[in-house]
Amino acid sequence: MAEKGKGSKLAHAKKDWEEKVASSSRQRDALFTSVSGEKVDLLYTPEDLEEHDYERDLGFPGEYPYTRGVRANMYRGRLWTMRQFSGFGTPEDSNARNKFLLAHGQTGLSVAFDLPTIMGYDSDHERAEGEVGVCGVAIDSLRDMETLFDGIPLDKVSTSMTINAPAAVLLAMYICVGEKQGVPSEKLRGTIQNDLLKEYIAQKSWIFPPKPSMRIITDIMEYCAEHVPQWNTISISGYHIREAGSTALQELAFTLADGFAYVEAGIEAGMDVDTFAPRLSHFFNAHMDFFEEIAKFRAARRIWATDMKEKYGAKDPRSWLLRFHTQTAGCSLTAQQPYNNIVRTALEALSGVLGGTQSLHTNSMDETLALPSEEAVHVALRTQQVIAYESGVPNVIDPLGGSYYIEALTDKMEKGCRDYFAQIDKLGGVIPAIEKGFFQREIARAAFQYQREIEEKRRVIVGVNDFVDEEEKVKIDLLKIGPEAAERQKRVLKDVRAERDDEAVQKALAGLKAAAEGTDNLMPHFVECCRVYATEGEMIGTLRDVFGEYREPPIYW
Amino acid sequence: MAERIRVLVAKPGLDGHDRGAKVVASALRDAGMEVIYTGLHQTPEMIVNAAVQEDVDVVALSILSGAHMTMFPRVLELLKEAGADDVVVTGVGIIPEEDMSELVGIGVDRLFGPGSDTREIASYIEEAVTAKRG
Repeated sequence: MAEKGKGSKLAHAKKDWEEKVASSSRQRDALFTSVSGEKVDLLYTPEDLEEHDYERDLGFPGEYPYTRGVRANMYRGRLWTMRQFSGFGTPEDSNARNKFLLAHGQTGLSVAFDLPTIMGYDSDHERAEGEVGVCGVAIDSLRDMETLFDGIPLDKVSTSMTINAPAAVLLAMYICVGEKQGVPSEKLRGTIQNDLLKEYIAQKSWIFPPKPSMRIITDIMEYCAEHVPQWNTISISGYHIREAGSTALQELAFTLADGFAYVEAGIEAGMDVDTFAPRLSHFFNAHMDFFEEIAKFRAARRIWATDMKEKYGAKDPRSWLLRFHTQTAGCSLTAQQPYNNIVRTALEALSGVLGGTQSLHTNSMDETLALPSEEAVHVALRTQQVIAYESGVPNVIDPLGGSYYIEALTDKMEKGCRDYFAQIDKLGGVIPAIEKGFFQREIARAAFQYQREIEEKRRVIVGVNDFVDEEEKVKIDLLKIGPEAAERQKRVLKDVRAERDDEAVQKALAGLKAAAEGTDNLMPHFVECCRVYATEGEMIGTLRDVFGEYREPPIYW
Repeated sequence: MAERIRVLVAKPGLDGHDRGAKVVASALRDAGMEVIYTGLHQTPEMIVNAAVQEDVDVVALSILSGAHMTMFPRVLELLKEAGADDVVVTGVGIIPEEDMSELVGIGVDRLFGPGSDTREIASYIEEAVTAKRG
């Protein structure tokens, strides 16, 4: 048989070397796998890239298939957006924190809402008790939204809102704040998370069943294409899937599967894919396994571009681009020796930058204990600035491209992802797979496995199961939310209800109900409801009556 | 042989982050306990009803949302009203130390923070139930 040349010669040389290593070298007693439990080799060589074709698989930044980055000049043109997620207490509290962050060089806003807002309850609802303003800002009506953005011109900032089931309501409120500031909706820039599929899969803050949820989402996509063209209508999120305990591969595969499900829903709703796909964005986790994460980001871009072009027939190159936000992994942080979390976060942030992220949130060291204090947020933002301005990393695009290891890992990620796509297809698609508990089980198993490895000390977490400080006393000042936030919200709600035009509210809510029962786009109705100060609870309550609520069977394994 | 320990693992409030609840539920099952998982978005009333109906020895709450100072006292109160105050109430979550002490002061048995070893939780539950059963 003819020699295949270089590859084969190299293969022999590598085999000889491996035999030598095996006979002469000792190995530490440790787990040589990635954080996700994937086996990794001792050494990678050109042999691992024999099938590689530079132009086909990597290409140039800003060009198909975008493996190396979505922009031709990447961070030399513009650095990533430093976007710290923030929100707590009353709209006044959060307004002050946002102004603090903008004054310290942050370049975009990112709003965290409290659980009652996320679940569509007003602050005076019985289910809101004990939760108002606690893990995000409380928003009940347009009045609160006006306060939240007071003194922040909406044509000058981009705002990301982490909101899912009631995303349409919060976007409608934002549009109304714009109106009041004299900023037309065409000029608004920002993102709503609006990714319900990952809620059923991982984060579990759903309200309605999957079908009406998908309808609200396609209504938003359609409305924004016409009226809010610079708005990212869905932030297709792997972050929460990962935080729920998935592996890096599961995060990648499930997130992209969700993304393609939205694309299919848009096409089924009668839209041309190129009218909405350019406004879809992504959101990934950056966990501790540095190279695995970088490979994940690179594979994500290539898979998205390939399938958008080849499978869904998108013609506009902007539809092929996978633009993404990154947040460092909250679940990698430890309550023990919290200062170590600064180091973890820095490594994770660096992987996001090397992976070509468009925006980044760095977690604060005290987040396993409570909401971050101002001091901790400050260090987290400074971490990004050190990477951006001191490390030299942003000067060169995709500097790890061509590394035998990184390229082999990127290929492996893509292959594993395609295997998962085939499994999901076999189950009938994403929604049937959710209903069968497929994703939930995969994630729960991975989470339990990871926990086992830590408890059996096969995986070391510094300060938790090794290098433990027995006498450790945490001396970090924690931010706590008192009952004043709830009292303030209830007072403002009462005022709003007393001052507004009730007839106009009832009329707007009736219009929303009729649209929900029919097929009209819901967005103009949400805007009208917000404009006359209908509360979030009233709007979502109206839809609960029409659409019903989703229930998940309580299974833990 | 002693009767198997019955534990209700519950997620009170509006938060849906169930990784911890599920990991603990699986670990307690593997430690030989009978685990009943409530699922998400439970009110204290729903939790106490389930505890009484299932005749459990332990109620273990998972709370990451900061609502612990509302949820634990309410569950304790309702258990008492239902005449089930012999049930061991414990929990895991993001709960600052001073809140932990306060909750233990009003009758929560013991609380665990982030990074806890599930085997430690299991052996604590065994001890606590054995002590109660006398």
